[in-house]
Formats: sequence, structure tokens, C-alpha cells
Amino acid sequence: MVRLPYSTALTTLFSYGLLFAFGHLRDFFRRIIDSRKPTTNLKDYAPICLGHEDFYTRRLFNRVQDCCNRPIASAPDAWIDVIERYSNDGNKTIHRTSKTSRCLNLGSYNYLGFAAADEYCTPRVIESLKKYSASTCSVRVDGGNTKLHIELEELVARFVGKPAAILLGMGYATNSTIIPALIGKGGLIISDSLNHNSIVNGARGSGAAVRVFQHNNIAHLEEVLREQIAQGQPRTHRPWNKIIVIVEGIYSMEGELCKLPEVISVCKKYKAYTYLDEAHSIGAIGKSGRGVCDLLGVDPADVDIMMGTFTKSFGSCGGYIAASKEIIHHLKQTCPAHIYATSMSPPAVQQVISAIKVILGEDGTNRGAKKLAQIRENSNFFRSELKKMGFEVLGDNDSPVMPIMLYNPAKIPSFSRECLRLNVAAVVVAFPATPLLLSRARICISASHTREDLIKGLEVLSKAGDVSGIKYFPVEQEKTTAVEKLKKIQ
Amino acid sequence: MDMALPVVNATSAVLARVSAAFNAPLARAVVFGVHIDGHLVVEGLLIAVIVFQLTRKSYKPPKKPLTEKEIDELCDDWKPEPLCPPIKEGARIDTPMLESAAGPHTIVDGKEVVNFASANYLGLIGNEKIIDSCVGSLEKYGVGSCGPRGFYGTIDVHLDCEAKIAKFLGTPDSILYSYGISTIFSVIPAFCKKGDIIVADEGVHWAVQNGLHLSRSTVVYFKHNDMASLASTLEKLTRGNKRAEKIRRYIVVESIYQNSGQIAPLDEIVRLKEKYRFRVILEESHSFGVLGKSGRGLAEHYGVPIEKIDIITAGMGNALATDGGFCTGSVRVVDHQRLSSSGYVFSASLPPYLASAAISAVNYLEENPSILSNLRSNIALLHKELSDTPGLEISSHALSPIVFLKLKKSAGSPTADLDLLETIAERVLKEDSVFIVTSKKSNLDRCKLPIGIRLFVSAGHTESDISTLSKSLKRVSASVLSDYF
Repeated sequence: MVRLPYSTALTTLFSYGLLFAFGHLRDFFRRIIDSRKPTTNLKDYAPICLGHEDFYTRRLFNRVQDCCNRPIASAPDAWIDVIERYSNDGNKTIHRTSKTSRCLNLGSYNYLGFAAADEYCTPRVIESLKKYSASTCSVRVDGGNTKLHIELEELVARFVGKPAAILLGMGYATNSTIIPALIGKGGLIISDSLNHNSIVNGARGSGAAVRVFQHNNIAHLEEVLREQIAQGQPRTHRPWNKIIVIVEGIYSMEGELCKLPEVISVCKKYKAYTYLDEAHSIGAIGKSGRGVCDLLGVDPADVDIMMGTFTKSFGSCGGYIAASKEIIHHLKQTCPAHIYATSMSPPAVQQVISAIKVILGEDGTNRGAKKLAQIRENSNFFRSELKKMGFEVLGDNDSPVMPIMLYNPAKIPSFSRECLRLNVAAVVVAFPATPLLLSRARICISASHTREDLIKGLEVLSKAGDVSGIKYFPVEQEKTTAVEKLKKIQ
Repeated sequence: MDMALPVVNATSAVLARVSAAFNAPLARAVVFGVHIDGHLVVEGLLIAVIVFQLTRKSYKPPKKPLTEKEIDELCDDWKPEPLCPPIKEGARIDTPMLESAAGPHTIVDGKEVVNFASANYLGLIGNEKIIDSCVGSLEKYGVGSCGPRGFYGTIDVHLDCEAKIAKFLGTPDSILYSYGISTIFSVIPAFCKKGDIIVADEGVHWAVQNGLHLSRSTVVYFKHNDMASLASTLEKLTRGNKRAEKIRRYIVVESIYQNSGQIAPLDEIVRLKEKYRFRVILEESHSFGVLGKSGRGLAEHYGVPIEKIDIITAGMGNALATDGGFCTGSVRVVDHQRLSSSGYVFSASLPPYLASAAISAVNYLEENPSILSNLRSNIALLHKELSDTPGLEISSHALSPIVFLKLKKSAGSPTADLDLLETIAERVLKEDSVFIVTSKKSNLDRCKLPIGIRLFVSAGHTESDISTLSKSLKRVSASVLSDYF
């Protein structure tokens, strides 16, 4: 939970107000100057962006553009080569140089360390590339169904604990094309208020009604369910065809786990279906890496539909849905991404197969178990050290995603640039991915970070935090020494 | 007369008494030096009655919210539908399984077949140079990029690929997406908002329809590839509508329609767009690398300068034998998408080895433009050989690499048609080892164009492959469709 002190809220609002005022002033002068210049040949065409639509982009985001979209010249492993860039006109245009600087990577989603070339996976991937080539150039139902795809679907179903699975080439497209295939007009989708954009798009594209419940608030979910079942569809009051409740395993901007056992019990009581999006949690948490069901002790048979992606923990691309045989059969007949989109690239499929085999220990070594233990240890160590330093860190224990609150708009570029200067690549997130006042820096820990890497990262974050003034809580060491002093006096 | 007189007398007496009462000054009623006349009292009483009535609450039937017990009962009674319909008996669920690369010859279910089901137009699957660049990329960067473009997922090969494609097409800049169909359904909502007008062809495929639906704009469809229908729709929308000049207007078309194989007449569309001041969004997935003297697409084919087309999108899963998609246009168009296109911002970036495959593919096309003439001669040969197939007719354009065969006479319903076509495809595969496919539709697709058999011609096919196909197709369709000539 975010605890925003009043003074910080006031200063943040004041900063944003100042930036908006300056932005509008500059827009005003720009309009005067432009009205004197001759018009270009696009007269009579309405402009692609009306003035106020990209106000935020032009006046606020462009000032700090160099903190985003930083290109790298190596694999997204624990250490990366960030390409240096420069700008001659105050960040309006940014140019690449050919110089790179080696930085510690605290931003990529590389939870189990499969991002770079791996000793077990890469030779097999190259072999499959030579056999099946980079793409099948065909949709899955036509000529894009290879032996690898069938093998991976069975392996994913076995790994997750469901009877069957279907594979799709992109995680975002998985959500936005599966939800319309499951529910349509006359149905109701109840989704968590902090769900990802792909779920929101899928829910809108389906044509069903959408209601939102407060993040992780089970009492509110129950209230919404009772109200909606009793009222029925708006205006006609006919009963809903079906209700699907959509939650995520780990929320990527909060680092929190969802309260899965309670959600399941509420949904069972009211006969609603559950859809669990495990994009960040599959492979990264749980004793054997099977995700949030493993960690919280929920039987996978209780969740109706489990969705996940291969981008984060398995170092590949694509997504999957695991459910009962009837649902998967139905999806194979109707899901548009299965019928119209090019099937997943065969080397990427082989990478996931090899990664899952390593995690399950079926490659003959115990690297998988070591990686899982390493990431758990790393996350807990890093989080506790950050909290001791006085940062405001969100998220639950065992979650490898750690947001550090920044709040003020000026701290966003200062923290990011200071970290880069000291050779740490950190990620900062602001509006529109987060609420306006709650901008944050997000740390993603990987199993390929060693203890020395983490200690160096902590040092740099501490220095950058001092420069930016984001240690909102008192440092714990001082608190303990003060308590000891008190005890001595008494 | 003598009856009326007493009545008249009586009424006049009453009237006199009433007016006397009204006008009689009340002897003792002098308030503040003002004589209170009788009528003032009556008026005062009237006002008091009116004020009294106004202060009364009006009668509303009492509202009874549902009690907790009633809500519990409703929740217990409610029976939801099952999440999916039960499996139908006899539904065809098995897709053929490939055991090698999807080139012109491939191994399906254990035996070697001639492959007409992959959109491998330039024959680049299995190309040595592309595979070498992919291997180098895999060893350097691994498989996935582990992050969206904004958070260290931008690898230098992505930037190189964007620059290469922009240079190849002659546009200022381009932007890469990580999946073919997500390109168009992210681009359309990024530019078209609620209140805008979009005129789209009714034969566009599902991804375009989804993009149009997500954009919440007003969408008007015109008859498939019919320029007269387009002109009249544009005329109707802009005539007399003064406000139409302030809202953004778009025409959405595909260069080669994958639902029918027709080619959009771009010169006519550009003429109409300039007359009525619309912007054009062109979906070039199947024509990039195929049409035009050097493969630069539909604009080169018709000789239209590329600046006249506002937004071009394409998926790279066809001619370039890789995956992902790109969008190109003016600098403003491309820059706007880097922050407001959902499929770009909220999704992981394209795996680096696919981006280097795209760069190698474009390089290969630039160095060997002869593969385009191979492709063209193969298409022409196929048209000639299949022109007299019993029961089937070619309904696609003569230059389209998707050769679309539909039934000359329908069997009555779409399911029956699909059944016949699937039977033909299965028998051709089993008996003559030629792999062909029918066009499949999802039930979410709104396109009403007829289904048929789709043949994807490749530059890697030889003449013997094409003659094998045509002989087999003619034989099987003669036997299956013998009742339908």
C-alpha cells in the first residue's frame, strides 16, 4: 500500500502545476508564431493530433525522453551495454553514438536468467532454427503446426497442472483475442482496477459489460458480484449469461501478489468463472516455479482459465492459455489469433521447451532448482536492504518486482540519470502507466544477479536516492541505535 | 316572465350582498392605519391555502431496495451458461503436423509433400544467408528481448531494422511491432478516436475489424473493392456536412485482400482521397516484397508517390519469412505511435533474431530482384493451368500471390461449402501429396465474403510442382464436385 505524505503530495501537485502552466504558455506562443508562418500543404485536413491530445507528450514527456527507450547493444542479461545518446536541441531529437557503457541491469524481465545464450537451451535453439527456419509463414491452422508446437502445448499443460493448453505468438494478443472468444454481449467481466492494458483491450473488444473492483479488495469484489447478479443486465434486468472475474498473479507496477485463495472461494460461491493472468509470476515464484498457485497453495483445477507469457521467465516470446480440454477445443475453433496470425516462430518454441525442461530438472541437472532458490533469495535480500536504507518499497515478499516510490516529477529524470552515470540501468515509470502523483522506479531482480552485483546495485541506488531525496522513511540502523541508547539510559 | 322575475331578484340580491361584503369596510379592522377591505381577507386566505399546499410533500410510491436475503436468493437461483459449448461430434480438429521447414517441399505427417499452404512468397524459408544472420544474432542476444521497448527492450538491431525498412520504402521513418496482426489493431486506435469517420472495405480481415471496433469511431463499410461504391459513400458523408472538415477522416483498405485475393486500385483511391480530403491507411501484409518492380509494394506497382499514402502497415510473416510487423509514414505519424500505440508500448519487443532475419531478407531482395519475376511467372502459370478446373473458379486478381478458388455453384450453406472444400483438400493431401488449405473463419469475424481454397504461390516452386498441383486438383474436384456442375 502506498502511503503518500501530505507534504510530498503538495509539492508534487505544485511541480505538475508549474510544468502544465509553462507548457500552456509555450503552446500559446507557438500558436502565435505558427499563425504567421505560411501553412503547409495539408490544409483542409484535420490534424492527426489535436492540440491538447498530445500536450503531455510534447511538453512533459519530451523533457525527460532520454530516460526511456534506451537502446542496448547486448543480450538483456545481468550486465548490459547501454548505448550512449546525446541531444543538441534539448531532447527534441536524440541521436545514437557508437559508444556503449557497461551497466548493471535492474530493468529487464529476466527472472530466471534465460535471457542470454544458455548452455542447454541455445544449442537446441540453433538446431531447431536450422531444421524449421525462422518462421513458418503460415497460420497455425493451415501449415504452421509443427511437431515443436504440439510438444510445447503438452509440456505447458503438464507444467501448469491443467489438462490442455493452446499456444499463441504474442502475450498481448493472447489476452486481447481470447477474452472476446470466451464471452460476448450479455456477459459480464469483473476485473481488478490495476489490470494490464491487454486485458482492458480484450474486455472492450469482446462487447461484454465491464465492472471494476478495487485492487485486491475481496469485500468489494463480493459486493460487486452480489449487486450485479441481483440487478442483472442494465435497463432490461435480464440475468447475465456468465460472469468472468479477471485477476493477475503479480501486478507489475505494484509488485504485489493477488489474494488468490479468497478470490477463488468468492467466485465459487457465486458461480463466476476465474481467469488468472500469470504473465509475471509463472516460472518466477513458487517452490517449483509453477507460479502463484504453487506459492499460495491453490489447486490449479479451481482456476478455470490460466494464462501466461513466455517473455519474462523463459526468455522467449509468446503466450499460452491452459484450461480444460473442452475450453481449449472451443478456443482452437474460434480464437482469431490462432486462426489468422502467423504461428509462433519455431526457435522461440524450442527455447521455451528447453527452459521448462531445465526448470523441471528434466535436463539431468539441478540448475532449475538452483535458479529458483537464487531468485527467491535475491529478491528477499534486495527488498529488505532497500527498506533498511529508508526507501519506500512496494510489493510482497518473494516477488521479484520492486517499485520504489519517487512521486515528484523532477525526481524521475534525476534518479534515472544519476543511476546511469554510476553504471546502473534502472527503469522509471510515470503517467500514464501509473497514476499521476505516484511515479516510481521499478527494479526487477534476476536469478543471474550474483551477491556482488546486488551489493553494488544497492550502493548505487543509495547514492542516487540521496541525490534525489527519495528516502522518505527514516533509516533503520539509526532507529535501532536510538532504541539501544534508550535502553541503556533506562 | 313572472317566474323569472323572482329569480332575477334573488340573484341580484345575492350579488348585492356579496359585493357589499367585499367592499364593506370592516369596522374594527384598521391595521397600521390601512383599512382592511373584505377582498383582501379572501385573497389572504387564498394565498395561505396555496402556500400550505406547496409545503406538503408530493406522494411518491415508497422505494424498496432489495434486502440481503432477497439478494442471496437471487444469487442462489442464478445459473450461468457453461464457459464454452460442448464438443460437437465429428468436428474436424486435427491439423496436419509439419516435421520440417515450411518451404516449397515439406514433410507432413511423415511423408514429403508439395507445400502450397505457406505464404513464403519469395522462397526465403531455408535461405542460407538469413539462417546465418539468425544464428549470429541468437548467439549474441539470446532468443527473447525480455522487456518492452521503453524499458531496455530496444536492441540495436531493432533500430537498424527500422532504418533499413524506411530506407527501402523511401519514407522518413518506421516503427517495428512484435506480432503481425497486432500491428494493424494497434495503429488504428492510436490515430482514430471517438467521433472520427472511417470508411473501410467490407472484406478486410479480422485484425482490421478489431482495430476499427477498438477505435470507437464511426465506421462505414463500402462494397468489396468497388470504387463506385467508395465514391458514393465518400460523397454521402461529406456533402452538406460542414462539420466534416473538423473531424479526422480515414479510408482503410488492404493492398491484397487475404479473404479474396483482390488487389485494391490504389491510383483511384488516391484520387478520391485527394478530392474528399481523407487520409489513407493501407495494410500491405501480402504485397510488401511482392508487388512492384523491386518489391516495394502497391505504391510502386501503381506508380503513386509514397508520400501520398499517410500510413502503411505490414506484417512481416509473409514475403520476408520472419515474424512481427512494421508501420511507416511521415515522422509525425511514426513518433506519435511510440507513446500511444498499445501494442508497442505495453508489449515486449520483437525477438532480436527475427529483426536481423528481416534485415537480411530485405538485403537479399535488393540484391536479387530476379526472385520477383520467378514469383510472377509461377502465378501466371498457375492461373493458366487451373483455369479449367471442374467446379471451381479462380476469383483472385491475376497478379495476386494468393490464388483464391471458390465453388462455381454453392452447396446451399456455408457449412456444406466448407465441408466439400475440406474434403477436396484432405483427398489432395492423402492421394497426391500436395498440401493445400481452405480459408477458415472464426465466428467472431464479420466478413461475409465466400470461403474457398487458398493457394499461396512461392518463388521457390518449380513448374513440376505447379503441374502436380493442377493435375491433382482437377482430378479430385471432378470426383468430389460431380453433383455440383
